[in-house]
Amino acid sequence: MDIQIEGLTKYYGPQKAVDSISFAVKTGEILGFLGPNGAGKTTTMKMITQYLSLDDGDIRLGGQSVKETNLKRYIGYLPEHNPLYQEMPVYDYLAYCAALQDVPKDRINDRVREMIRVCGLNVEKHKNIGELSKGFRQRVGLAQAMIHDPEILILDEPTTGLDPNQIVEIRDLIKHLGKEKTVILSTHILPEVEATCDRILIINRGKIVADGTATTLRSQAQGNNLTRTRLKGTDTDSAFKALQSLPLVKKVRIENRDQQRFVIESNGEASEAIFALCVQQGWILLELTPLETKLEDIFRDLTMN
Amino acid sequence: MEKVWIIAKRELNSFFDSLVAYLILVAFLGFTGFFTWLQGSDVFFRKQADLLAFFETAKWTLFFFIPALTMRMLAEEKKTGTIELLLTKDVSDREVVLGKYLGCLLLVIIALLFTIPYYVTVSRLGNMDHGATISGYLGLVLLSSAYIGIGLFASSVTNNQIVAFILALIIGICFQFIFDMLSGGTTGFIGELLNTLSINTHFDSIKRGVLDSKDLIYFFSISAIGIFFAELAIKNR
Repeated sequence: MDIQIEGLTKYYGPQKAVDSISFAVKTGEILGFLGPNGAGKTTTMKMITQYLSLDDGDIRLGGQSVKETNLKRYIGYLPEHNPLYQEMPVYDYLAYCAALQDVPKDRINDRVREMIRVCGLNVEKHKNIGELSKGFRQRVGLAQAMIHDPEILILDEPTTGLDPNQIVEIRDLIKHLGKEKTVILSTHILPEVEATCDRILIINRGKIVADGTATTLRSQAQGNNLTRTRLKGTDTDSAFKALQSLPLVKKVRIENRDQQRFVIESNGEASEAIFALCVQQGWILLELTPLETKLEDIFRDLTMN
Repeated sequence: MEKVWIIAKRELNSFFDSLVAYLILVAFLGFTGFFTWLQGSDVFFRKQADLLAFFETAKWTLFFFIPALTMRMLAEEKKTGTIELLLTKDVSDREVVLGKYLGCLLLVIIALLFTIPYYVTVSRLGNMDHGATISGYLGLVLLSSAYIGIGLFASSVTNNQIVAFILALIIGICFQFIFDMLSGGTTGFIGELLNTLSINTHFDSIKRGVLDSKDLIYFFSISAIGIFFAELAIKNR
């Protein structure tokens, strides 16, 4: 089931929380939803889950508009702070969610056991949710979202509060699920997006500022290559001038004067020209490293203004 | 309708899981038992084989206990955010409110069922008007239904349980005293209207065994209006 969002808008009073955004998510795609706090991520997710009404625009799930049909049963949702009934035992809670999501009566026990197995809740299944650690509570949250085997999963910061091992487990679980389902997940942890998601969507102040894979975002954001080089056998200033005059090179920055380390910004690959320059001048080349733009930098570039 | 029942069952279970149900049952039976059999204008003082003493005490006990039961039903869900999880399941806002209403009403009915021994005992003591007694029980259920409607509405407009409790009591006091008192001092249409709005006008006739459709409509209307506004309040998010 694919998701199509067209011109989605939401106001909180006079303030536009989501400003006519449009995007589509294909079946089997995991979309990473990024943005600073208050950018409109959660609001957008709440509108997709039909918790909030739309002020303008439309959301279509598998071609059907949420404004015309009740499509809640196709969605599994894990809200931001994972609110759960503290006084309810895990097993009963999952059975309750299954019943509310129209799982047939004779299948409820099977589904609950299945979810307990998949989410690793077996030891804790008879405890009250309030007695669980944060990691286990998060698993209960995931289990309730997936209990009716929904075609769409909306996960709002699914890995907050988990330890590194659990994060890897949950990521693998999401990746595994994402093969047949449509997943939208929001997070603040940038490496997580690269590790889990097929596509990244960055929003800021209610508007989409970037959309693409991690690789395309990198090339779009900079449009040029960064190369670090370290030389020997020359003085810093003349090397600086020589590097600056190379073709393709846009900007040279001295990173360390004593070690003669430079960062070179260029249109396209400059390594070859730098090497040739060193050979020609008889300088010793100690380092020549292409630098990758970090996702963090792209994120900061797009969302700081 | 099935969803309403699922939610009602969970609400009822959560009353028993959190011990609230036991507390309410013990207190309800304690108060009503004390004033029906031992103190005030009790059965022996009145020397009448009827349950009017019980109905009057039960009315007041429920007046205080029902807001205590309903205060957390929506307010707490709003405060902890579980309402978001509930409403993104395949249920409508109305089903959620109706489920909670039904869950609470079931607990009250269970409490009333525990007083059947009172009924049996009094019927052995003298010549009892069974029709009037059954009508009185029905009156208590209808009265509770109206209080639950009011309580749910109070719980839906705030996420603070104490505010919900006090608000429900204030609205309850209006129906219980204020309209009654004001109607005494006014004449004409307004006096008539205030008299009609007062709960006692309707409850008094039912508990004596006079079942009038006007009274039924009155209690159903209060319940329905409470549920309707509660639904409206949670829709507005």
